[in-house]
Amino acid sequence: MADVTFTVDGKKITAPAGTLLLEACKAHGIEIPAFCYYPGLSLQAACRMCVVRIEKVPKLQTACTTPVAEGMVVITESPEIAQARKATLQLLLGNHPLDCPVCDAGGECELQDMTFKYGAAESFYAEPKNHREEQKWSPVVYFDRPRCILCYRCVRMCGEGMDIFALGVQNRGSSSVIAPNVPPQLSGVSSHGEDLAQLDCEQCGMCIDACPVGALTSGTYRYKTRPWEMNHTATVCTHCGDGCKTTLGVRPVADGAEIVRGDNRDKSGINGDFLCNKGRYAFDFANHAERLTQPLVRKSGKLTPVSWEEALSYAGTRLRDLRQDRGPESIGIIGSNRTTNEENYLLQKFARTVIGTNNIDHHRTADFVTLANALAGTGTTYGKSRFASQRSVQTAQAILLVGGDPTNQAPLTAWNIRTNVRLNKARLYIANHEAIKLRRQAKAFAPVASFGYGAFVQSLGEGNDFAKAVRAEEDLVVLVGNELHGGELASLIAALPQARFALLSDYVNSRGAADMGVLPDVLPGYQPLSGAALAAEYNSPATAGLDLLAMFDAASTGKLSALYVVGSNPIRRYGIDPATLASTFVIVQDLFLTETAAVADVVLPAANLYEKAGTVTNSYGDLQLVSKAADKSGVRPDFELIVRLAGHMGHDLHSLVPFSRGLRADMGQTRGASSGEADRHAVFLTANKLEPKLSPFDPFAILDEIQRLIPGYDKLLRLQMLSGNDQHITPASSGLTQIAGTRKDLVLPSSDTLFTSGSLTRYSPMLEDVQRHQSSRSAGASAGQMTSAD
Amino acid sequence: MATITQSIFTPATAARFDKLATIYPVKRSALVPMLLYAQDEVGYVSDAVVTEIAQRLDLLELDVRNVLSYYSMLRTKPAGKYNVQVCTNISCMLRGGFELLDHCKNKLGIDHKETTPDGLFSLEEVECIGACCWAPAVQVNYDFHDELTPEKLDAVLDTYRARESK
Repeated sequence: MADVTFTVDGKKITAPAGTLLLEACKAHGIEIPAFCYYPGLSLQAACRMCVVRIEKVPKLQTACTTPVAEGMVVITESPEIAQARKATLQLLLGNHPLDCPVCDAGGECELQDMTFKYGAAESFYAEPKNHREEQKWSPVVYFDRPRCILCYRCVRMCGEGMDIFALGVQNRGSSSVIAPNVPPQLSGVSSHGEDLAQLDCEQCGMCIDACPVGALTSGTYRYKTRPWEMNHTATVCTHCGDGCKTTLGVRPVADGAEIVRGDNRDKSGINGDFLCNKGRYAFDFANHAERLTQPLVRKSGKLTPVSWEEALSYAGTRLRDLRQDRGPESIGIIGSNRTTNEENYLLQKFARTVIGTNNIDHHRTADFVTLANALAGTGTTYGKSRFASQRSVQTAQAILLVGGDPTNQAPLTAWNIRTNVRLNKARLYIANHEAIKLRRQAKAFAPVASFGYGAFVQSLGEGNDFAKAVRAEEDLVVLVGNELHGGELASLIAALPQARFALLSDYVNSRGAADMGVLPDVLPGYQPLSGAALAAEYNSPATAGLDLLAMFDAASTGKLSALYVVGSNPIRRYGIDPATLASTFVIVQDLFLTETAAVADVVLPAANLYEKAGTVTNSYGDLQLVSKAADKSGVRPDFELIVRLAGHMGHDLHSLVPFSRGLRADMGQTRGASSGEADRHAVFLTANKLEPKLSPFDPFAILDEIQRLIPGYDKLLRLQMLSGNDQHITPASSGLTQIAGTRKDLVLPSSDTLFTSGSLTRYSPMLEDVQRHQSSRSAGASAGQMTSAD
Repeated sequence: MATITQSIFTPATAARFDKLATIYPVKRSALVPMLLYAQDEVGYVSDAVVTEIAQRLDLLELDVRNVLSYYSMLRTKPAGKYNVQVCTNISCMLRGGFELLDHCKNKLGIDHKETTPDGLFSLEEVECIGACCWAPAVQVNYDFHDELTPEKLDAVLDTYRARESK
């Protein structure tokens, strides 16, 4: 729209016509206070805090609902306006308990800030306060009624933002109150003979996040600490494949540092203000009583706690001996979906160079190899890479969702789709075998038979309305659930040559594991096992190794001498009989004594994603920095464990992790046998103005190597990454592994829901609490006579 | 509209609701009239009423409860058979509305929004019922009784009681 010019506080400002005055001022550094205004949600004009004086308009106007106009003259601060705001605050404080010293929001409260600014310390209202006890609506959402200022942000957030509509406003006037969707008399939950209202929703906590005061508080954080007593670390959530940025509030405890709060405090990154239930609350697994904090070694049939030195040297020596006696091909390695890129890269390098085998795989939840291959060489569409990023879901004019259920499996994707539809009128097309919730935003919904996605892909070439509409879209992002892989996925990509694609995977670093080559048939960056420069540098076997299932087949016939499992629980996930591994030497690195760890010979307690540094790549290929927030004594990052294990096998660590130039530096001057062989890593570092890393345990040393060797990751900008920004990584456009006709599709969806997160679920008391809460809701609360303890 | 197979309302009311849902540009506009008719039939707005009306208008039950709780003339608990509504707005107040209210409280032994143990009477203090010319006025269900004194009110209440004992 055309720009208009107007004056605010004597300053000339230009903004596009139609911009709200409040937003235009914000963009020019003029702050107008507002409680009810929330960017992206509908306008409410309920709080009257944003009133400004507009010339030639008789009364003060609300800046949150006034569009800017040519020649408008606005005053945002004057004694008159200050008095109006002060009067508003007096009314708001009329029944406010002013329990700031114990309120969760104390120090982060917009009402507190405004009261401080406008000084409504004296009040005309001397009536007694109308106290109400706080209510527990769900394990994670509590409501403190007297603190509420009725800005309706939570109501709109829940309805418009989340498309749940679980919150409403009941009663009238000064009795108005925010109410959840299960009224007391129907909840079946009571305390001290009084029925309690309950909240039946997705438990995302967005209402708490939007609340400008402390009226809605989080079950995991409330009354635990003060905002200024925590250390805040921006990192990436460890749960689903969307890779939301989150700020963890951490406080010191006896055995390290514990996380007390998760929220995206600065509203930055791909998720803006969004976090789901898991990102906001499910970090409690880190402090679960069953968390492993000591290495275990099987002695006379029983896992016994031992020292790190003993465990690592035993594991390293056995692994070295088995490699010598039975050959590298007898050893299998299973990687993780939740470890960092550096750890994944290091693990496959460990397999390929230290052990010398391609027997490496992980629990795949999406077929990224096919995606990379199908899009290789197809260039760009309308100047954009054909790999869609999470940000493209926010802005694309059209989205086609084939399979998957983002609401449950990738909540940020669902949020971005809803937001794009709501604010930008994006057209959403859905093809699914189930009537998923997102169909409420869809322009067209094509029902697909179970396992009928092949037929759907075929129908895209036909003349039906759905196919015609999709094919006519120019700016189309296609999101593919994990129902489609292999040939079906390839033909879907072939059917829509104009579209950008992304696969929805299930874990925080599913994409990273595939990109880093934790796969038996491709090297990092989906490069072929032979021919690529990387293969020459690794000098690794040129034939494909055993995939995850083949490893267990080999184990059952006694051909697998050792299995090294990092952060994965294949025995439970793939329903494998533990007896299969009876004659295999098993090393497991994990947080808990999982079903797989229980049969191991050596168990090494590992740090979780919140306790280490590195990078992760989400389903879309957006790479983000992971920073160490929490700490737990007795555990070590997987990175360190892999390096130490290699060391105990007698491997030269410099060839595994490029650290410390030292005496080995070779800047290309070498003569003799290795004439012409430069130390490529040192040359790369110098060319990119990077420092050599000094420790073999520094994940950034491996990040340097990743950047040097993996196409796509070579475009990484360090400053962007270190600033906490996301960068979209696209695999190489050519020279990738060609898919052999016999390649097995090993995609196994995790089938996680909003309230489960793989093996972590049962170690998160909060997730189990929320599951119980929601199941008692859907079971028809009338039957259940549940009485809460408090 | 969601088809209602097992309506809790009488066929006449159900038919009326079917029509109501079609005559407004926006379907939810039928909410308040529906709630009022439902209250007249059932005696109060029960949870079952909320459920069926939400279904009929494609609303969430929460939406219905939000509106329901806004209006003081809609009730969620059963009232007495005869709901005595005493006006205490300005005209009635000046002409003895509060005396009438106090009299009712004493006579019936109940307070505002309460019901007698036999379920016959309930008492409500209400805002203007539009009978200012004949203040003070009392409305019992849909019947008006005006220019009242405590004695006249006794007679009124007695007629209702007598009606019941027949």
